[in-house]
Amino acid sequence: MSSPGYFLSHLWLIPLFPLASATIMFFFGRRMSKESVNLFCVGSVFLSFLHALGAVLKLLYLPASERVYQQIIFRWVTPGAMPTSTGIVNFVADWGYLLDPLSCVMIIVVTFVGFLIHVYSIGYMAHEGGYYRFFGYLNLFLFAMLTLVLANNLLLLFVGWEVAGLCSYLLIGFYFLKKSAADAGKKAFIVNSIGDAGFLLGLLLVAVTFGTVRFTSQGLTDPAAVPAILQSLAALVGQPQFTYGAPVFTAIALLLFVGAAGKSSQIPLYVWLPDAMEGPTPVSALIHAATMVTAGVYLIARMSAIYQLAPVAMDVVAIIGAATAIFAATMAVVQTDINKVLAYSTISQLGCMFLALGVGAFAAGIFHLMTHAFFKALLFLGAGSVIQSLSGEQDTRKMGGLRYAIPATSVPFVIATLAITGVPGFSGFFSKYEILGHAFNRHQMLDRYLALCAVGIITAGLTAFYMFRLLFETFYGLSRVSIQLEGHIHESPKSMTVPLMILAFFSIVSGWFALPILWGEESPFERFLETSLRGVETDTGAITFGRHTLLAEYALMAAFVAVVGLGFWLARKLYLDHPKLHTQLAASWPRLHNLLFHKYYVDEIYDALFVNRIKDLSTALGFFDSKVIDGLGVDGAGWLARFFSRIFMWWDKWVVDALVNLFGRFPKFLSMPVRMFQSGVFSTYAVFILIGLAVLLGYYGHHVQTFVRTLH
Amino acid sequence: MMPIGHYLFLSLALFLIGAVGVVTRRNVIIVLMSIELILNAVNINLVAFSRYFGDVAGQVFALFIIADAAAEATVGLGIIIAFFRNRETLLADEMDLLKW
Repeated sequence: MSSPGYFLSHLWLIPLFPLASATIMFFFGRRMSKESVNLFCVGSVFLSFLHALGAVLKLLYLPASERVYQQIIFRWVTPGAMPTSTGIVNFVADWGYLLDPLSCVMIIVVTFVGFLIHVYSIGYMAHEGGYYRFFGYLNLFLFAMLTLVLANNLLLLFVGWEVAGLCSYLLIGFYFLKKSAADAGKKAFIVNSIGDAGFLLGLLLVAVTFGTVRFTSQGLTDPAAVPAILQSLAALVGQPQFTYGAPVFTAIALLLFVGAAGKSSQIPLYVWLPDAMEGPTPVSALIHAATMVTAGVYLIARMSAIYQLAPVAMDVVAIIGAATAIFAATMAVVQTDINKVLAYSTISQLGCMFLALGVGAFAAGIFHLMTHAFFKALLFLGAGSVIQSLSGEQDTRKMGGLRYAIPATSVPFVIATLAITGVPGFSGFFSKYEILGHAFNRHQMLDRYLALCAVGIITAGLTAFYMFRLLFETFYGLSRVSIQLEGHIHESPKSMTVPLMILAFFSIVSGWFALPILWGEESPFERFLETSLRGVETDTGAITFGRHTLLAEYALMAAFVAVVGLGFWLARKLYLDHPKLHTQLAASWPRLHNLLFHKYYVDEIYDALFVNRIKDLSTALGFFDSKVIDGLGVDGAGWLARFFSRIFMWWDKWVVDALVNLFGRFPKFLSMPVRMFQSGVFSTYAVFILIGLAVLLGYYGHHVQTFVRTLH
Repeated sequence: MMPIGHYLFLSLALFLIGAVGVVTRRNVIIVLMSIELILNAVNINLVAFSRYFGDVAGQVFALFIIADAAAEATVGLGIIIAFFRNRETLLADEMDLLKW
């Protein structure tokens, strides 16, 4: 490769800008004005975005086979001998960044959407306390996310993964004085930890299987210095233990998928995401829709070489994804909180991405990840704008007719709805069709992929239904806003509406990368990602996609569009033309409505099965602790100590001290007669003096007598 | 000239009054006054013998003792006042600090 140029050689600056700004916020943010917080936090993300853009453009100019750039910042884990499947190797891990087409897509999405959401937050958070704290967390999150997607090894990716999880926890619980927010943060963290345990095991299994955690040695000046997963895999495949579908591949793939399911909220670990809406809306948009929750998708795409060799794990991913997609979509149908609808919609769309990954269409999954980042961020930001214009009202039953009151919010929201539902021409149409088309094409070989495709289409219909329902309830029809709020409806400030418009633009055009699929050609986006997702060549079982005739593809497309149309028509009938109809419908099937409204009682079931059992266990352990450890152990030892000390005290007092006192009393007793004379009262002394004088006189009296006689 | 025995008897009487006063009275000021009596008894003795022997040294001594008595009264009263301020008493039998 020729000289990498400024942007590639300064790749390390991209995560560093937000980290620096977050550090400044941590130490000095409290004393800063809002303007300087904006300057540092939004400015740093903008610089990151510029550097990311520069690096990506530079990479695009290179020929397709050379589009890998790797940069080792420093050796992080120094060499140590580790036994692996191929003998003892020196295990090392670097703090290094890898820019290839896959991470290109991710850093552009993260920095660009991240920047827009930062700008939006200036307006949204203007009147909230903890302004610098909010922006500091957001910046720290961006650092984590960029580390995650730029990491050149699995261990560094895990670091970004965990720090992102931490930021998610901090931001969900941003209003930590509110109990529900604090609980939601805890829930997210705990549920994610379950997934992370799987991820960590998968990581260790990768390390002992391949002796390294580096993804690839491509793009390094000295590729042989440290082995890499991709190259080790290519060397190992075909050996007896490493055939296609070998248990070790399945185990790695499933363990990593547990982590991905936690982060990307798939069944059974999806329960935290709806609760995560307790955080401020920009957080929902950035972390819980556009970036962090897609980390699971990214992880599986990054490890696609291993997944391609583990057909069982692939099927698990696909089935879980499809189940999550349709399950979450049904729950979104009856939710009345605008943010909750979008949360379930996010889970459902993430399910679609996993469906794509599971059928082997990694590029389609990443494509949907990208388009989804734009339109789902837009939907959340639009919802935030609606909520703020209604002074905090989130219940869609108390909205309606808002499109006249807040046009600058409603127009982008309509565009985002058209994009997510898959109306032809908008980005969601292309990315969803990519997924469905790949599932459909896999079906040539196996019928189960047809079922997955059908689930995908039904999910698309449900998505259309609930999204249009949300749109109609919020922006169309008659106003149901309470009279007190009616007068206060106000459009959001420019800093909020401008990002909405930019995101709306990208919600339309970001799908056009895949325009050639309309006439049956390969998507250019997919060709771009091929460098990252190619995997290793195997003799058997490599994922291949058949090709239906163009007519069959158009039939699928027509079916997809028809189902979306059906969803639109139903939503229009039930919520716009006959607004009373859906309440009657809910009343005539109360059980079904209740089941959906209470989210299949999954939270209650989890509470009964796990949470309360764990609480019981802690109560039992607490009992053991207080009675046995504290009672017998600590208190018993204390009692014994006191018992013995009492004996020793008796000995001390009556034997040792008594001896000492005896020796003290002896001289005192002897001195008694002498002491009697010293009364301290001078009159007594005077008496002694007189007595002494009298004695002297008595003794020498005859001298005095003779003396006196001489006087006469 | 009066025989010296008279002076000596006067001196002896004065001394005994003073000594009894020092030993028996409880008020320190009276004790101090009694000491003055003893000193004066000594003075009379000195002056009497000075006259008797025709030696002036005794009278010089008496003058010294008068000065000494004045100084002693000053210091003694000062001590008594300081003591009264601390203990609020003038009774001699309560002044037993010398014991310690």
